Amino acid sequence: MTQSTEQAGSIARKNWLLSAPALVVLTLAAAGPLMIMVVYSFLTPGEYGNVTWQFSLNGWRGILLTEDIFEPGTYALADAHLTILLRSLKLSLMTTLITALVGFPTAWFIATKPVKTRILWLFLITIPFWTNLLIRTFAINEVIRNDGILNSLLIWAGAISAPIQILYTDTAVFIGMTYVYLPFMVLPIFAAIDRFDMRLLEAGYDLYASRGQVLRRVILPIVKPGIIAGSILVFIPSIGAYVIPRILGGGKNLMVGNLIDLQFGQGRNWPLGAALGMTLLIIVMIALVFYTRLTNRGAARG
Amino acid sequence: MPNKIAVEARNAVKVFGQGASTHSALSDVSVSIRQGEFFTLLGPSGCGKTTLLRLIAGFETPTSGQILLDGADITNLPPNKRAVNTVFQSYALFPHLTVAQNIGFGLQMQGRPKAEVKATVAEMLALVKLQAMADRKTSQLSGGQQQRVALARALAPKPKVLLLDEPLSALDAKLRKDMQIELKRLQMETGITFIFVTHDQEEALTMSDRIAVMSAGQIQQMGTPRDIYTRPANRFVASFIGETNFLPGLTVPGGVQLDCGATVAVDGQYGAAKVTLAIRPEQVRLQAADSPGAIPATITNWVYFGTDTHCHLVLADGSALVARLQSPAMGEAGLEIGANVAISFAPGAAQVLQD
Repeated sequence: MTQSTEQAGSIARKNWLLSAPALVVLTLAAAGPLMIMVVYSFLTPGEYGNVTWQFSLNGWRGILLTEDIFEPGTYALADAHLTILLRSLKLSLMTTLITALVGFPTAWFIATKPVKTRILWLFLITIPFWTNLLIRTFAINEVIRNDGILNSLLIWAGAISAPIQILYTDTAVFIGMTYVYLPFMVLPIFAAIDRFDMRLLEAGYDLYASRGQVLRRVILPIVKPGIIAGSILVFIPSIGAYVIPRILGGGKNLMVGNLIDLQFGQGRNWPLGAALGMTLLIIVMIALVFYTRLTNRGAARG
Repeated sequence: MPNKIAVEARNAVKVFGQGASTHSALSDVSVSIRQGEFFTLLGPSGCGKTTLLRLIAGFETPTSGQILLDGADITNLPPNKRAVNTVFQSYALFPHLTVAQNIGFGLQMQGRPKAEVKATVAEMLALVKLQAMADRKTSQLSGGQQQRVALARALAPKPKVLLLDEPLSALDAKLRKDMQIELKRLQMETGITFIFVTHDQEEALTMSDRIAVMSAGQIQQMGTPRDIYTRPANRFVASFIGETNFLPGLTVPGGVQLDCGATVAVDGQYGAAKVTLAIRPEQVRLQAADSPGAIPATITNWVYFGTDTHCHLVLADGSALVARLQSPAMGEAGLEIGANVAISFAPGAAQVLQD
């Protein structure tokens, strides 16, 4: 070994040491808890919560199958879990779709304003972030409950004779999530439209494109990365939502987040909770892979 | 056929803004552009040339007046319904499409069959010599190549008129010269009417069949490059295009008497009035001080430019002028600062400006 390679080696070791604090934090804060989750999902539930250190696949099996109480060893499909998983998926996809449909025109509106007023609109969009999520959710509750603002108004206007039951339905959860996560959709799309060269619109019209064609063939392909980023930012917290379904869905319209909470609480089945948590993580990861594929394809073409 | 009118603006007026802060970009402009012509709108920034182009493209509608294309009124037709295409100053190429897709965009939007789109794109790629770049992204191209894609994209739908909004301004000097020749070639090969907007007088003079010199929202003069250069209609045109010496004087029978006392013969009859004589520097001839009929002058400075030398002179009344002389092969004999010489003008070169 020559002098210089020895030196290079010692520099490399020193650089490693320099990044040690970050590595420690990452290990403790990210990898560590994740490993605990993985390990716990393969253990046996303790009698009063917690786990006993005995290997078991019941946690993972419990996601889709339930064991018959009277005939141990026979399993049936865990309809309740499947319903909850499907509801979570359906509600979060719907939330993503509707926030995109509402968020795109909103972002376009803001991005095409003069710079001065644009700041005001962006400020208004971000204001809800300053309020606690719990309070915002209870505010929605106040609007949609049977003797709340919406129903009272509709009855007063004569549109309906009896209040519509919105609270404690999937619709309520959907409304709540749409309201709370809309800014996460608007901001990335705004950033994309802000970078969009408006002169391309004239080029599109000049080349015989109608308004609809300009939207589909010029604007959407170019701002697509922003829409995809917004979709991810809405989809991930939506599928893991806990507070919103808890308050607006009542006790019965659970989402995955509530189901996981249940396993660590009343259910006293930590391995199942851990396995469900991992399942959620896997769904999100699939969504992210999908996202990178979509953006890469966009980048390859654009 | 050559005299058929392709585009016509009738009393076009464009006023921007509302209430107190209005700005008149075009005031009563009428112009007829012939089919197959290379027509240039020339003027300084803010003279209304781009506004006129945008009225023809359909991006703006005139406050009053009409725009006609092949005799049909298109004043209120949206841009996507006009058989007119634009080459934008910034090119405005679609970043998400390849070179070939950019060129085929207009044809696709017109709903042409796939085979036709493909054939025309290939034809256009050949026309602008970019066959090898067909599948590149536009961001991978040089400025000159992007320019050619923009041209091919606008020519592909075979428009009746091609509008070019200062398309060469982003290119460096060498590339600009090449593109000037390229543009002229494309115009001749396609036979399409070109309306070219520029503030560069050299571009206008070298490429155009006719030029409209614009200033303050109005056309100052319209004519062939030679007309515009040799017979400027007014002081603005004379000073905007090329360099000009302005010498004040009075009209007298048979010519113009300059303030220094000398009389210069000019064509045409003018009533007695204060006028300005415009004379190009290259039309000023330097002679020996005692030459008969010449105007006495004193050399104040000279500047060597390579092919020619600019000789700065002052007349007896103090008015200054420049003579552009071909550089002599051997030194600057006779061009000494302070030397007394005499000048004369090439016959017919002096223009009388009455404003």
